[in-house]
Amino acid sequence: MRLISLNVIYTLWLREMKRFLRAKSRIVGSIIQPLFFILILGTGFKSLGRFRGLPLGTDYLSFLVPGIMAMTILFSSMFAGISVLWDRQFGFLKEIMVAPVSRVSLVLGRIAGGMTTAIIQALLIFFISLFFGFRILHLLNLLPAFFIMLLIAVSFVGLGVALASRMEDIHGFQLVMNFIIMPIFFLSGALFPLEGLPGWLAKISYIDPLTYGVDALRGVLVGSFSFSLALDLTILLVFSLLMVAIATYLFNRCEV
Amino acid sequence: MLLLNSIEVKDLTRRFGDFTAVDKISFSVKEGEIFGLLGPNGAGKTTTIKMLTTMLKPTSGKAEVCGYEATADPDSIRSSFGIVFQDPSLDNQLTGYENLDFHARLYGISKERKNPRIKEVLKLVGLENKKSLLVKNYSGGMCRRLEIARGLIHYPKVLFLDEPTLGLDAQARHTIWDYIKKLNQREGITIFLTTHYMEEADFLCQRVAIMDSGKILTLDSPENLKNAIHQDIISLEVSDGQKALETLREFNWIKEAKLHNGFLDLRVESGERKIPLLVALLQKENILITSVNLHRPTLEDVFLSFTGSTIREEEATPLDRARMVIRAQRKG
Repeated sequence: MRLISLNVIYTLWLREMKRFLRAKSRIVGSIIQPLFFILILGTGFKSLGRFRGLPLGTDYLSFLVPGIMAMTILFSSMFAGISVLWDRQFGFLKEIMVAPVSRVSLVLGRIAGGMTTAIIQALLIFFISLFFGFRILHLLNLLPAFFIMLLIAVSFVGLGVALASRMEDIHGFQLVMNFIIMPIFFLSGALFPLEGLPGWLAKISYIDPLTYGVDALRGVLVGSFSFSLALDLTILLVFSLLMVAIATYLFNRCEV
Repeated sequence: MLLLNSIEVKDLTRRFGDFTAVDKISFSVKEGEIFGLLGPNGAGKTTTIKMLTTMLKPTSGKAEVCGYEATADPDSIRSSFGIVFQDPSLDNQLTGYENLDFHARLYGISKERKNPRIKEVLKLVGLENKKSLLVKNYSGGMCRRLEIARGLIHYPKVLFLDEPTLGLDAQARHTIWDYIKKLNQREGITIFLTTHYMEEADFLCQRVAIMDSGKILTLDSPENLKNAIHQDIISLEVSDGQKALETLREFNWIKEAKLHNGFLDLRVESGERKIPLLVALLQKENILITSVNLHRPTLEDVFLSFTGSTIREEEATPLDRARMVIRAQRKG
């Protein structure tokens, strides 16, 4: 048995793609919420005029869209990771767990699937927001943006798998939603600049890994960094590797 | 070692906190055998299967499948068995074919062998025509059959079936039984099943272990188990019951004799061998026999004699009832 089997990863990825493409309402649903954010929140805050801390030369829409793309990836990835719980509920997890394959491959397969669907959704948001007047620095900047989205997705699918491995059933899901996903999102600077924040709140934001994802994405797409690309990428890379390791460790120990 | 046992269990124990679910059980299953673990819910049957299939680590003891030890060599053991779980374990959002395809890929079946093999197992369980249907539209019996097909794809030497017909109607149950027998006879697969249905164990299994409260109480062929409790009842309809009773009184192989409504009930061992003897004895005394009826003990009687309660008194936990409802709600 190979520790990392591409065949196993592909098999799990393929399953996720089939399920994703079959659930049309899921695709629509996952796009609607971020669009509301962009349309309503974007327009609403824009009407307040320029606010403190917004980087020069950017309006609120260009500030908001990268943040909402990061949000889409966060939500979608966490759901994909936590879908381990649904597999447990419907019994399919047992089928996966008795297979003669390494647990690392199983985790990586789930990450590959979750990552793909998350990035597809974020890209959809990106293209739709072009119609609302969102502009990026250069089309080629989509390449580094893609890599950043990938790191964010890997991190949070990993976190989702790790949490799901420790949970008994889907009842804990609301807790994760309210106490983990929402704070990560609100503290990340996706909706407002961190520069103007009071010290205590800024400090909490700095320990939120998504903060660096939002900053990197905003940096490469519209050109305004709060930190530096190097710092953002380093933190994202370390965090994503850590999440994969923890997810594998906990998934390996979960009994079905 | 010339004759390898397919399954070898020695002093296997699993505790959950203070509760001992499986208590130092030992048994072995021969190659090519259908072996049944019979007992009420909560007896520890599923826990035993889970330990044999690497899903649960034993607290102590040894569990071997095809010569591989569950804890030492999980991956070799995993490739050597197929399993059908007690609860549904299919992906409802995928078609029957896709569920099998997923399994074949996961178990590393090569591209060339994959499709013919999937066709083969689909045919075996009679689902060729339903393969493109989403599993959420399958009936409970069809799901079961698909799960059996899936468990076979990677040519396992041993197939584990955890309560294979729980919650199915009589017709679906008989269909599943036929498939199980067919598999065992045609493909020579060793089958290890758990059940709390007496008829199922009796009909399918070559050997049965009766399990209760984590312990194996007895283990033998259904035939021997039933013989061992000396409970065959021969019912004779005779012209002169009183005289017959007098005649037979002196034979000590008759454990008990009762006369009622012209019928003489005799409790004996291996009743089928005693009938000719009785006929000859009574004819010598010129007693006319109008009818003979032999009531053989069921595994239910065996269970009763070992535990002091019937299995039905112990079954039907709320979880069990919920399972029945879930399966009943499936279409068709």
